[in-house]
Amino acid sequence: MTILEVDSVIKRYGTETVALDNVSFSVQPGEFVAIIGPSGAGKSTLLRCINRLIDVTSGDIRFAGVSVPQLRGAALRRHRTQIGMIFQHYNLVNRLSVIENVLHGRLGYKNTLQGILGLYSEQEKRDAVRILETLGLTEQMYKRCDQLSGGQKQRVGIARALVQKPKMLLCDEPIASLDPSSAKVIMDTLQDINRTMGITVLVNLHQVDVALHYAERIIGVNKGRIIYDGAPHALSNAQIYQIYGSEAGELILDLKERYAA
Amino acid sequence: MQPEAFFRRRRLQSLLFLLIITALTYGGILMTQFDVTQGLMAIPRAFSWAIANFIPDERAWSRLPRILEKLQETVLMAVASSSIASVFGLGLALLGANTTRPHPWFSLPARALASVFRNIDVSVWALILLFSFGQSGFTGFFALFFVTLGFITRVMVETIDEVSTDSVEALRATGAGYTAIISQSVIPACLPQLISWVLYMIETNIRSATLVGILTGTGIGFLFDLYFKNFSYGSASLVVLLTVAVVLIIETVSNYVRRVIL
Amino acid sequence: MEVTASASASRIKIRQRSHASAVLQITLLSLTLLTIYGLITIDSRNVDVFAALGDMINNFRIVFTEPRLEKLSWFDLLRELMITVSLGLLTTVIGAVFALFLALFAAQNLAPRRVNDAVKALMAFVRAVPTVLWVLFFAVAAGLGSVAAVVGMAFHSVGYLVKAYAETFEELDAGVLEALRASGANWWQTVFQAVLPSSASALLSWTFVRFEINFSVAIAMGATAGAGGIGYDMFMASAFYLDLRELGMFTYAVLLFAILLEWSATRLKVTVGARRSY
Repeated sequence: MTILEVDSVIKRYGTETVALDNVSFSVQPGEFVAIIGPSGAGKSTLLRCINRLIDVTSGDIRFAGVSVPQLRGAALRRHRTQIGMIFQHYNLVNRLSVIENVLHGRLGYKNTLQGILGLYSEQEKRDAVRILETLGLTEQMYKRCDQLSGGQKQRVGIARALVQKPKMLLCDEPIASLDPSSAKVIMDTLQDINRTMGITVLVNLHQVDVALHYAERIIGVNKGRIIYDGAPHALSNAQIYQIYGSEAGELILDLKERYAA
Repeated sequence: MQPEAFFRRRRLQSLLFLLIITALTYGGILMTQFDVTQGLMAIPRAFSWAIANFIPDERAWSRLPRILEKLQETVLMAVASSSIASVFGLGLALLGANTTRPHPWFSLPARALASVFRNIDVSVWALILLFSFGQSGFTGFFALFFVTLGFITRVMVETIDEVSTDSVEALRATGAGYTAIISQSVIPACLPQLISWVLYMIETNIRSATLVGILTGTGIGFLFDLYFKNFSYGSASLVVLLTVAVVLIIETVSNYVRRVIL
Repeated sequence: MEVTASASASRIKIRQRSHASAVLQITLLSLTLLTIYGLITIDSRNVDVFAALGDMINNFRIVFTEPRLEKLSWFDLLRELMITVSLGLLTTVIGAVFALFLALFAAQNLAPRRVNDAVKALMAFVRAVPTVLWVLFFAVAAGLGSVAAVVGMAFHSVGYLVKAYAETFEELDAGVLEALRASGANWWQTVFQAVLPSSASALLSWTFVRFEINFSVAIAMGATAGAGGIGYDMFMASAFYLDLRELGMFTYAVLLFAILLEWSATRLKVTVGARRSY
């Protein structure tokens, strides 16, 4: 049984730019997949096609048996509630408190009036508080988000995704704006969520070493095409070079140091 | 580039700039038939006259209740038109901003409409509206309303795209509907900015309302015009002093509110 | 904090009171109440608003779809528009010259505190007086006409520009001023070699913003305070000839010029105006 199936997806911007060029792969429930590649390779576009923040030009995406490209209105919203998304820049409403931002994850389940008024049930609030507890944000619950550190903001982002009760998490460069120690906390958290809650995780990463360390499976993308799809240990230096092009030199050097250590 | 050449070019540029400004100014003086010596003489003359005559006298103080009443009318008109216009302006901005427009086709008409509203001066709106509303408070109200609507739309389109693009994306990803996204993310993020602009427009509109009042015979502008044309300079001066006091008080309150909420 | 307890408590609050949110709510409430009160007490003079609104739509249609010139020729229209533009330009230039000088004394990093406060207070007063009242005030000494209009409008421009310029100066890098002072430059040398060159583009932007404002003000002064130009023609078309169609043509003329100015401002990257209060 697959949870996600991406089938010959093509995404063009205008007539010239091809962001995704015939991309196909499938993901099993509970997998931890890292999508690596240089900036501009189409990683972000790929994630956004899965929850339809971007429309595909052609091809099919099936999530939990449902074909995504044709979804509209309420069905599309229902599809999105099943997938949590985590962003590089956290994408929080900075002026609101942590708990309010977390509860935003429930808006997909609300009707129009509840959504406008921001009415949440006690059960939803209890869930939100519990998730904040597990992520170690209890003390920050009523703080405004602009008073948090980057790592804390990203944990709020994760909490907002978890409160959706998603089947899958899409993480778009979740650690690209963080310092190394916060980045480790975030990646550990994602791994933990994947292992203990059984949620499928798809994470875009720029850093190969992080991908190799955490992922069970690597998908390497360059110029909108999948170059590599397989286990981390099978990824050769030549393939990394193929994925990253001229950027690869330093990355491979870093890796050697890492393996030496 | 040689240093001498560099400095020569710099000097030439400055000189050219000054020359153009001087020429334009001279042209302006010719066009408006502005008499420079008279203009310079008018300033000391006006102030020495003011020291002798432009001081509230006893008659002025006896008119205080009426002045305050008209002042209140003007302030309320500024507040009401600014507040209502900002609600509509926010609506128009939601249609016009790239982040929140329901469809790309909404954007241009919304922005164009706002541009027409703000680029026609408040006095011109008043002159047009006089045909429908006559010498009533509505003429001023709608004139201020239109200009404020255009202005608020412009600044809020920028604000919305600046502060809420990311969070709107996140909420769309959770499956939230359009109205929920607007009310839970865009409005909370933009509200302090909106309030700040409304307060600014109130300050501006009190001055504009004074002007429009002269055209429409309402509010404090009308009263000033009346006293002034009847040579009741003492009363006119009291009008000015009270207007200044009210504007300064509102400015102070606004600055306080801005400092706290932004 | 009550947070840990609240996990099991029956109701969980998702908002916590803060000073900022209280001020925000009070402001919103006051504005709402004042607006309602303002609408109730508006001086309606027995005008039926809903009938008048219908009338307004029809008038807008006439103004915007049937404009034509009657008493004035195209050449007259252009001349009158140019008079108004000149008035705006002239008052901006005069205002800018005086404001530049005064702003040096209003900036905290350039003059002693006591001088700052005095200049700023004076300018706050000058700004708080509506332009039209300044013009009428000078009309006593100079008579209604271009002299009173230019002096009055320039006065208000000075009040506005001193604030804008002084804030620009205050944003200057303190290190640069210190470096020049350390090298033995005197006050005037610092002003001409560091302060003015590094803030020139911001000063120009603010001046252009004021020119946009003064163009509008010049129309208004033509209509209300005898400044001439297109504002006066519009006033005549509206109040004396009751000619909506000619008023429509004038409206298009000022609208096009104002849009041209706004467009130039964006092209010249005049960004300061929209960011900060005018």
